[in-house]
Amino acid sequence: MSILVDEKTRVVVQGITGREGTFHTRQMLQYGTAVVAGVTPGKGGQTIEGVPVFNSVQDAVDREGANAACIFVPPPFAADAVMEAACAGIAVTVCITEGIPTLEMVRVTSYLRSHRTVLIGPNCPGIISPGKTKVGIMPGPIHRPGTVGVISRSGTLTYEVVDQLTRAGLGQSTCIGIGGDPIIGTSFIDHLERFREDPDTEAVVLIGEIGGTAEEDAARYCRDSFTKPVLAFVAGRTAPPGKRMGHAGAIISGGKGRAEDKIAALEAAGITVVRDLGRLGQTVEHTLTCPGSGVTIPL
Amino acid sequence: MKLHEHQAKALFRSFDIPVPEGRLVKTGEDALKAAHELKGPPWVVKAQVHAGGRGKGGGVRVVQSPEEAAEAAESILGRPLVTPQTGPEGKPVRRVLVEEGVEIEQELYLAMVVDRESAAPVMIFSREGGMEIEEVAAGTPERVLKQVVLPETGWMPFCGRNLVYRLDPLPAPDTLKALTATMAGLYRAFVEMDCSLAEINPLVVTTTGRVLAVDAKVNIDDNALFRQKKLASMDDPSEKDPLERKAGQFNLNYIRLDGNIGAMVNGAGLAMATMDVIKMAGAEPANFLDVGGGASEEMITRGFEIILEDPKVKAILINIFGGILRCDVLARGVLAAAEKTAIRVPLIVRLEGTNVDEGRRILESSDLEFLVAKDISEAAAMVTRQVSPTQGPGPGNRPTDRRP
Repeated sequence: MSILVDEKTRVVVQGITGREGTFHTRQMLQYGTAVVAGVTPGKGGQTIEGVPVFNSVQDAVDREGANAACIFVPPPFAADAVMEAACAGIAVTVCITEGIPTLEMVRVTSYLRSHRTVLIGPNCPGIISPGKTKVGIMPGPIHRPGTVGVISRSGTLTYEVVDQLTRAGLGQSTCIGIGGDPIIGTSFIDHLERFREDPDTEAVVLIGEIGGTAEEDAARYCRDSFTKPVLAFVAGRTAPPGKRMGHAGAIISGGKGRAEDKIAALEAAGITVVRDLGRLGQTVEHTLTCPGSGVTIPL
Repeated sequence: MKLHEHQAKALFRSFDIPVPEGRLVKTGEDALKAAHELKGPPWVVKAQVHAGGRGKGGGVRVVQSPEEAAEAAESILGRPLVTPQTGPEGKPVRRVLVEEGVEIEQELYLAMVVDRESAAPVMIFSREGGMEIEEVAAGTPERVLKQVVLPETGWMPFCGRNLVYRLDPLPAPDTLKALTATMAGLYRAFVEMDCSLAEINPLVVTTTGRVLAVDAKVNIDDNALFRQKKLASMDDPSEKDPLERKAGQFNLNYIRLDGNIGAMVNGAGLAMATMDVIKMAGAEPANFLDVGGGASEEMITRGFEIILEDPKVKAILINIFGGILRCDVLARGVLAAAEKTAIRVPLIVRLEGTNVDEGRRILESSDLEFLVAKDISEAAAMVTRQVSPTQGPGPGNRPTDRRP
């Protein structure tokens, strides 16, 4: 099984006529994703890669039964696009766009409190349930179907980790990039809750980074409410304070957000934290196949 | 994007946040003139640089005569200002702010940030003004008061009351009014200017009961600069490292660090992790460089040039996990840079992901000398051996080794 998206997921691509939107529509179709519609206001009636284009998400829902959205809309219009998807009743909204003003995300979050969509991102690679569907921009071929769930704040770092898992013979149930911005739609905990209920996810890998307290919060949740094995990696142990390390959310400020604190919190919760990125795949494999070798399953 | 104190104060004034009268000057002579024009003694002379802890570095002087103001200005302008945040080399000071001094009754702290957890702006208020708020929060957390402001309603009068009525002893009614008005103004400034931080430390209550923002620190959300054109034009590029400035022009995320391993990576998370791996292998990264998920050949070339421009760099590690950025694009970008600039240091390349075979083929059929690493750990070990030969010869130590 998998969480949030599978072969039944019907995707509408918002911003399908743009360069990125068109390119990744093709990539998603190649992977086997059911991209059933695209949206670019004013360009309804066209087709892109054989996919019908509509003027609104509501049209895509009404005409093609879209239930997931993948957003490639430029930053000034992306917040509006997320709210449009939520308003149209889309179940899973993936926002790839990087560079949305933080105060726009404040408005989006407030709007989503009264809507049922699950927002993944923004500033993220999306979500993939290997062998079933991918809604996002990650390279499909590095993934394998399997039983490890992956939740990450990063993009390419997730590819690195997934590639190592696959090489170590560990397939994935679902991999989710939750995004590198300070305000994102869903957190580690939101998806841990789903992995907890998914019988086919046997272990979870968390990929964190400096900034905020999402890892500390996840650690507390794992300690109290999560019984499957969890392994983690935290990027940015050598990052200087006060500098924004690429991701808008990756900054150590006001004494908060340091990697050491996150690692300490995760380890205190019984989570195996991998320090050597090059050995992550091996470590996960070893931990899962040799019980009692360091992984602590909280009672 | 950071604003200077004098810029932030000018903006605060337009949001009805009271600030002291002041003049921005570049010379001691003008400081003298400014002091004569402003109320005093005392006067305050303040270095205008993007660095905290200016007071500790001698960048803030309280003076008792216009002549002293001139001397203070000249001494501050005369040499780089070293503060706990600038590093030992300090920062050159080009301008100083001369202000009227104020008689301080009480120093408070007031700031606004976006709280990640509640996904809303939060106002932070403390009676412990003039100190680092982190220290106050660590020592006496009960003295750091917070009020979340819901975006649906914006600032409501009760938000201010929730904060000021916790002061003990309670200030006079007029002062309370001035405080809540300042808070309302700060909220408006924060939202209308797309700030990521708006901080007044200290917010002073004078002996006559006035409320004044004696300092002002404002950072603008970089993601919002497209709709904050006026603020974007106030950016002071001279405050940035020249290489960081150049990188910014090409939309590259580059941060200069102290080590000697230049690194080029795609994606912020992988770039951070690569720095960590370099350090674990015993070397120090010279930079953070994220060329981005979808970098063009041109961006790769520029990024590589920027690394080569840093004289500290003794070896370069390219770590690319091709996703949107294809490895062949990376390879062509590196070759284009190598054609323009001689590469005088060892180059270690680790490529994986989309079009990796094509990328490797392009590099191998060129004249470029480089070493291939099969994974991230090997890459870090190889690059470390290049800069610390004492660790003994290894497979990566032969510069002509070009294993596929």
